[in-house]
Amino acid sequence: MTDAMVWAILIPLLGGLLAVMFPRFSGLTGIISATTMVIASLILLTLVASQGPQVYLIGGWSAGLGISLYADGVSSLLLLMTALIALCVSIYAISYFRHSNLGKHYWPLWMLLLSALAAMLLATDLFNIYVTLELLGIAAVALTALDGKRPAVEAAIRYLVLGLLGSLAFLAGVALLYSGYGTLDLATLATRIQPGATSWAAAALMTAGLLIKSALFPMHFWLPPAHANAPAPVSAALSALVVKAAFYLVLRLWLDLFGLSLSGWTSSLIGLLGAAAVLWGAWSALQAERLKVLAAYSTVAQIGYLFIFLALIMEMPEGMQRQETITGLMLMALAHGFAKSAFFLSAGVIQHRQGHDRIDELAGSAQAMPITTFTLALAGISLIGLPISGAFLGKWQLIEGALYLQHWLLALVVLSGSLLASAYVFRVLGKAFGQAPYPGRVLSNGMQEIPAMALALIATLVLGLASSPVWPFLEYTVISGRAG
Amino acid sequence: MLSVPLIYGLAGILLFTFALRVALSRVAFLRRVLAINVAGAGIFLVFISTAYKGAEQAADPVPHALVLTGIVVAFSATALAIALARRLNRSADND
Repeated sequence: MTDAMVWAILIPLLGGLLAVMFPRFSGLTGIISATTMVIASLILLTLVASQGPQVYLIGGWSAGLGISLYADGVSSLLLLMTALIALCVSIYAISYFRHSNLGKHYWPLWMLLLSALAAMLLATDLFNIYVTLELLGIAAVALTALDGKRPAVEAAIRYLVLGLLGSLAFLAGVALLYSGYGTLDLATLATRIQPGATSWAAAALMTAGLLIKSALFPMHFWLPPAHANAPAPVSAALSALVVKAAFYLVLRLWLDLFGLSLSGWTSSLIGLLGAAAVLWGAWSALQAERLKVLAAYSTVAQIGYLFIFLALIMEMPEGMQRQETITGLMLMALAHGFAKSAFFLSAGVIQHRQGHDRIDELAGSAQAMPITTFTLALAGISLIGLPISGAFLGKWQLIEGALYLQHWLLALVVLSGSLLASAYVFRVLGKAFGQAPYPGRVLSNGMQEIPAMALALIATLVLGLASSPVWPFLEYTVISGRAG
Repeated sequence: MLSVPLIYGLAGILLFTFALRVALSRVAFLRRVLAINVAGAGIFLVFISTAYKGAEQAADPVPHALVLTGIVVAFSATALAIALARRLNRSADND
């Protein structure tokens, strides 16, 4: 049954190749790949829930010789999120690219991106992580430049250069760790690593590289142009999945590898940068003139929350409180993934329909596109972190953790970030509900609007009301108590 | 006394930092892409230098395999960068 891990990586890769060979059926292969990923991640999730973390040795070669895959609560939940978003985005993309020839370039790259994401989430070996990081970066850059227009290509080039620098820094860290400890397997490395110059330098290089990739303030400047100029299905995937994958690696490195031996002032620095990102991102989102730029800055802010979580977790002693905070972090990451993809997909519907996404001229969207406006509102609830949404539970944990460690200022930052978020969300909704004649149709483009709404509903209702199974699930599979 | 692998390792680190400085400065795009490649070569040099296990023993094969993969990755990233730059140039000509 652990074969599911291999399928989640191989099927999208195969689908990507098929999409190059048979462009006519590329939409269908996309849907099939995404569906396979959903099924595979569900199988994996049930396995992890019943038997704990799963290891799969490719070709039966043991770790050190061959490549092994590993899934625990965190990675299997993120894989499920990736698969669900991938499915909704794929359905949306079929309709989105129906009347343009960009589709034949979109599908192969999209499936390569999915394959790289799955491989990264399941990788256990630092060098494989580097390779998936590069694969993900190359696919993401090519997707950003998809429409070939000047702003998109410029944003893609900037994204590529920074991404390459980030992964080179990561690779330099990998080389240092290999020279110091003679292994690249995360589990083995975790047992051998000692505090010292080598591990410090490696931690600094790898973290710096990943911070660029996860767009933590002040390294966020490449993100808004790249995410705002890409086609809607691409922006949704970039904001919801690609940035979060880099964050996942930071989490993995610090909790599994460097955490116990090295934290200290690093946690304060990460917390400070996270707090700055929350305030700066939300403030810039408030100033944005276009809906997609707003969504991109909102991602900068949301990534900030995740890093504040990380800083708190690094400072907490092992125990109940730490476990709850990790669960809160996961809820927050999941809620943001679903909500932000729903938001970008809806922005795409509006852009298609009105020919622009300027916030000041949104008047009448509520009447013209009631479902899409409803989706924006639902996603907005999750971005603000209002009650019943999954993000509310996550933010609650965040504030509780900050108060537990007596970081009053951090708690204040989280609260003001939410206030700013509600300001930018209600600014959009206020415009959208402006007066305009009612066209008499609730659903104008079901194939685009329904997947977006499904994602927003998962973010608010499912994660909010039905998140109780997630809690014990994550408690049983502690990341730091990693099985060897 | 500096050992040979140490000299290679230090040279790699030096190459990496020099190239990183160019890659971060405001120079023509192509030069920055080249600088990123040189920085990559520096890291590969560090990696390879760790393979040396002494004159009597065989070198560790793992770094070589990794560097080969790394070269392939760097090559494809460079190709993508140049393709994007060409697209940008063409759109500048049309404007």
